Amino acid sequence: MKIEIIRDLLNADVLCGEDRLLNDVLSACGSDMMSDVLAYVKNQAVLLTGLVNSQVIRTAAMMDMECVVFVRSKMPSEEMLALAKECGITVMTSPMRMYEACGILYSEGLGSGTE
Amino acid sequence: MSEPLVFTFKVDGGDFTSAGQASVQVKKNLNQIGFPPEVIRRVSIAMYEGEINMVIHADGGVATIKVDENCIEIVLADKGPGIADVEKAMQEGFSTAPDEVRGLGFGAGMGLPNMKRYTDEMTVDSTVGVGTTITMKVNY
Repeated sequence: MKIEIIRDLLNADVLCGEDRLLNDVLSACGSDMMSDVLAYVKNQAVLLTGLVNSQVIRTAAMMDMECVVFVRSKMPSEEMLALAKECGITVMTSPMRMYEACGILYSEGLGSGTE
Repeated sequence: MSEPLVFTFKVDGGDFTSAGQASVQVKKNLNQIGFPPEVIRRVSIAMYEGEINMVIHADGGVATIKVDENCIEIVLADKGPGIADVEKAMQEGFSTAPDEVRGLGFGAGMGLPNMKRYTDEMTVDSTVGVGTTITMKVNY
């Protein structure tokens, strides 16, 4: 699923990495616990989270993730966006809640990458 | 045989925001050397979890990464409180991290298990009241 499709489905605003909207994402993961995210590698993944701190971006970077979506309109700091740019990660914010956002992506065919 | 490449980082304790900076740098360095992405990912995730642990539990420490001929060795040494029961600490879900750490996205009891999961060898040398040294190897 292209990142621009994720943006449209989640009614999200892109905060950085607009130049990578045509990149493909193969799986998704929704969690506020970064160690759970780090437990299973998912290739070219998107991370949906309600947690807002620099560790979210670093976790995504360690996992070579393509994109991070903050749910419930949460806004990352400038420092976090700078780190995301440096790591080549697209960052968005969506007004949806976690359950809704995950459900929409899943029902549109984006799996967890572990099935 | 050429000398192994060694990177050393001081990990600051008490500053959760910057925790993981050394791992990000190691990832960059390994990328520049030209390691396969899978190897880099394993090294950097294992080191990142270890770095977070040093910040949470041990007020920081020192991370040393040695690039050898057939493996990358990560040594994380701290002078923290030590781990009383290493076997228990290795169980998924077991955590002694304070509640505020969970609010930051860590402390789920996955750190040490994840470090083991991503490395080929891992030894934990810990003495209560003295400190902990974790040595991990990723073969390539």
